[in-house]
Parts: sequence; C-alpha cells; structure tokens
Amino acid sequence: MDNLSYLFAAYAIIFAVIFGYVLFIWRRQVALEAELRAMEARMRALTETAGAARKAESRAGS
Amino acid sequence: MNDRAVRLGLGLVTLALMLVALYMVFVYVPTEADQGIVQRIFYFHVPCAWVAFASFALVAIAGIFYLWLGQQVWDDLGYAAAETGMVFCTLVLVTGSIWAKPIWGAWWTWDSRLTTTLILWLLYGGYLMLRAMAGDSEQGARFGAVVGIVAAIDVPIVIVSVRLWRTIHPAVLVTRQGGHGLEDPRMVATLLVSLAAFTALFIWILCLRFVTLRMHTRLGALARTLALAEAAAHD
Repeated sequence: MDNLSYLFAAYAIIFAVIFGYVLFIWRRQVALEAELRAMEARMRALTETAGAARKAESRAGS
Repeated sequence: MNDRAVRLGLGLVTLALMLVALYMVFVYVPTEADQGIVQRIFYFHVPCAWVAFASFALVAIAGIFYLWLGQQVWDDLGYAAAETGMVFCTLVLVTGSIWAKPIWGAWWTWDSRLTTTLILWLLYGGYLMLRAMAGDSEQGARFGAVVGIVAAIDVPIVIVSVRLWRTIHPAVLVTRQGGHGLEDPRMVATLLVSLAAFTALFIWILCLRFVTLRMHTRLGALARTLALAEAAAHD
C-alpha cells in the first residue's frame, strides 16, 4: 500500500463513520417522531372519549 | 426560530466549513517534507481528538449537574456527548493507526499517547455499556454520571502524555521545547480551519443526538401518563 492509499483510507473511513452515525441518528429521530405522533393521537382520543362520557353522565344526572 | 431551522442551519455551516477544510487539506497546504502526503491525515486526526476530548469533558460536566440537580436533561446531554465522543475517539485511534503504519512501520505501539487514548476509549465504552444494561433507570443514570466524571480524568492525562513520558508520538501542537511544530503558516491555517469545521460538526451532531434523547424521554413520560389515563378510564 503506498502513502496515497493510506491517506485515502483514512479520509474514507472518517466520512463513512460520520455519515453512518448521522444516518443512525436521523433514522432514530424519524422512528421516535412516528411513535410520539401515535401516542399523542391516542392521548387525544382518550381525552375526547373521557370528555364525551362526562357530558353524557351530566346530561343523565340532570 | 424553531428547532429544525437551527439544526438545518448548523448542518449547512458544518458542510461549508468542511468543504473549505477539505480544499485546504488537499490543495492549499504544502506537503510536509519528512512524511510526505500521508502527513495530511494530521489535519483531520487532530480535530477528531479535539472533538473527543471536548465531548468527554461535556459528559463530566453534565454528570456533575445531573448528580447535583437530578434533572433528566443533564443525563440526556451527558449520554449524547458520550456517544459523540466515542465516535470521534474511535476515529482518532483508527486514523492514527493508518498514519502510523507508513511512518513508524507498525499499526500500533504501546506508546504513552496511544495507550492513554485507548484507555479513554475503553472507559467511555464502559460508560455506554453500563447505560445500555441499566436502561432508563435513575440508578443507571447516576452510576453513568459517576463513571463519566471519573473517566474524564484521563483526558488531561492523554493531552500531557507526550510531555510526561518518553514517546514516539509527535508533540506537534506544543513541542517539548515550547512553541509549535508546524513549520509553515499555511499548515497552521489549515489546522485552524479543520478545527473550526470539526467544532461545528461536533455541535451539530450533539444537537441531533440530544434532540432524539429528549424525544425518547418525552415518549417515556407520555407512555406513563397514557397508561394511567387508560387505567382510570377503565375504572
């Protein structure tokens, strides 16, 4: 291996590792955003259901 | 200005600085007289080390604040910094090894600088393994904070190792005689631009990772709230 090959290998590894790590973070972020949206939707649905149940109860009471 | 815009801005600044640094490394800076073109590895090897040291110092600072204040945000910051530091510490060892082979004739020697850097890598590898095994527990976060603080003691040892012990590792930035070992001002300029590019890269990557950890924490809190709300709805 000549010196140019060592130089190329070093820089190729640096950029491959950095890109790989950024890709890993990006994919993790996309997955977490999807999970958060799903959970927030469930929370909203639960709140609406609870609210509707309370309204029905108060109408039945009066 | 929202989060995404800040992260995008940081990414663009990093990209611009990195392109300038690459131009300077491969076109602008003269070839070093003794080592030839392989010496150009130096201009990214040293900034990787700088980022690794800064990351691990941040792990220690975040650990201190977590132990003192008990706030999850400090634990998330410490973990993000540890992971970032490990990536760049790995690059230091790998690029150093690639540079060593043509110059010293060996991929590795038990030189003081190399050995103390390997110890640093192992210490923070241990931190990440501990956190992986402990999961999201508060105890894991506390142990991690302590490990992160103690392990950071190795950072100044790595830095001064070339002065304390006999070594074949170059003492370029601060020589044993005082002053620096870069003979041409273009080399100094290239190193400074590379340091700036890697500092921007460090801040950008740290922000990205920190945001994912905060999202994970928020997800955990939301899951607990949801579980309680669902339990209450069924009662």
